[in-house]
Amino acid sequence: MTSLRTEPVAVSGAARPAAPRGRARRWTAFAFLAPLIVYLLVFYAYPLYRNIELSVHDYTPRAFVQGDPEFTGLENYLDILADDTFLRALRSTAVFTLASIAAQYAIGLALAVFFHRHFRLAAPLRAMFLVPWLLPLIVSASTWSWMLNSENGIVNAALQAFGVGQINWLTSPDTSLLAVTIANIWLGVPFNLVILYAGLQNIPGELYEAAGLDGAGAWQRFRRITLPLLRPVSLITLLLGLIYTLKVVDIIWIMTRGGPADASTTLAIWSYREAFGTGQPDFSPAAAVGNLLILIAFVAGLAHVRLQRREETA
Amino acid sequence: MRAWKTAVGVVLVGVMLFPVYWMVNVSLTKTSDMRADPPHWFPWDPTFEGYAAALGQQLPALATSLFIGLGAVALTLAVSLPAGFALARLRPRGARAIDFLLLVAQMIPAVVMAMGFYAIYIRLGLLNTVAGLIVADSTLAVPFAVLLFRAFMASIPGEVMAAAQIDGASTWRTFRSIVLPLSRNSVITVSLFAFLWAWSDFIFASTLNRNSDVIPITLGIFRYIGNNTTQWNSIMATAVVASLPAAFLLVLAQRYIAAGVTAGAVKD
Repeated sequence: MTSLRTEPVAVSGAARPAAPRGRARRWTAFAFLAPLIVYLLVFYAYPLYRNIELSVHDYTPRAFVQGDPEFTGLENYLDILADDTFLRALRSTAVFTLASIAAQYAIGLALAVFFHRHFRLAAPLRAMFLVPWLLPLIVSASTWSWMLNSENGIVNAALQAFGVGQINWLTSPDTSLLAVTIANIWLGVPFNLVILYAGLQNIPGELYEAAGLDGAGAWQRFRRITLPLLRPVSLITLLLGLIYTLKVVDIIWIMTRGGPADASTTLAIWSYREAFGTGQPDFSPAAAVGNLLILIAFVAGLAHVRLQRREETA
Repeated sequence: MRAWKTAVGVVLVGVMLFPVYWMVNVSLTKTSDMRADPPHWFPWDPTFEGYAAALGQQLPALATSLFIGLGAVALTLAVSLPAGFALARLRPRGARAIDFLLLVAQMIPAVVMAMGFYAIYIRLGLLNTVAGLIVADSTLAVPFAVLLFRAFMASIPGEVMAAAQIDGASTWRTFRSIVLPLSRNSVITVSLFAFLWAWSDFIFASTLNRNSDVIPITLGIFRYIGNNTTQWNSIMATAVVASLPAAFLLVLAQRYIAAGVTAGAVKD
């Protein structure tokens, strides 16, 4: 990595005048970057701009086609903040997101520590844990839907053996948020396991040996060595989990469509439903909710960037 | 001595993969046994009626998904390979700004992107087209791909490229004849992920393509669930078939996958 820094000096020797060479170089760099720049502008910046534009107009389906929506300023934002759904969706988003990332992290870390020690078949077994992460979400979500089915699901059948009565996982407002959270935790464990496992690999083994000689037990080694040294990786894992979980739509929409009675409606689901989930698309409030979500994700993202910078300078 | 650890590992994998087992089990269950109480834990008497129905009805959707996945891979590579090279090697102006934009791009919720694309596509007549879906699906992979390529290409020893430039090779020749062949593994990693994400996409398909006759498999399954809540063996059979690319990747390309997951998050 460090050797690269000196390379341009070696190439652009004293024989050539520096200025035209530098300009040519800049143009070459730009030519290679141009496809990405165009791509970012057309496929990220423009949709984002359109989204903001949607949120400050009153777009009816007709206005969509004719292109003459009424400008309403921040009215859509005020409307959604005043909407009954807003506080409930915010609460569901918080519960869904925090419960998901906390459980994913705890399970992922426990598994990473377990698989960190070498034993027969450790590598292939660890690889098997990737499966939930690689499956299309529609596959996982529909499988969980059937497993959690009230009358014929395997989960209720298993619980029955322990004397638990029928739970209407997906059709009761008391449990639907829990049900989609469980499915989402299952989906996120592989990601946490892989990253935390990679983090564990970077902790020098001698530390554990030294601690072992000093008579530290397994729990103490975990508390005093693993956790502190894993802190940067843990923070990044949790932040990425947060950013990812905030925008989850697929799994909830497929399993419950945000219901029943909005019980599993998060902000992302609310936005999706307003825009695409009913026969009557209502893009303007949907865009306003979406932009609110971006704002939340962006704050988390800034924390991520700052964290990485600090790691780099440390 | 460590055999017990292997045993615990097997049990843990069993618990984690139970839903996958259950999907396969249900896909092989007879329609008449679907409502059995308690459910059959093992398909002693398997039937392939679910698979026959799935393949009979979902084959076009599978082909569509394959095509969309390959298109998304091609577009992703075309955009991100030269960009990764430029960021890693050519020290362009505004590199930091692009880094930042790529990070931000990964945070935008897909539902927001879907609305933006919808608003654009409705004007351009790209709603319900395969081309529109390829473009939208490629946005799932491009930021990741650029960052991965940049990290990889920065690790190619500087001497290799300096030698080429002394021999008079243009930047383009250096890129084509030296950097690209050396980047084979990262190209494979990116292609696998871009394909898998496009293949698995539900949000863009269900928003930009929902009134189309030509639908990808994810939407095929979703509609199947909606129309057909009694035929869970067929639904699960379709799900098993839709999972085959993931299984294929896991068996044949596991090291590339692990490399990709880690590259996205941990910088060393």
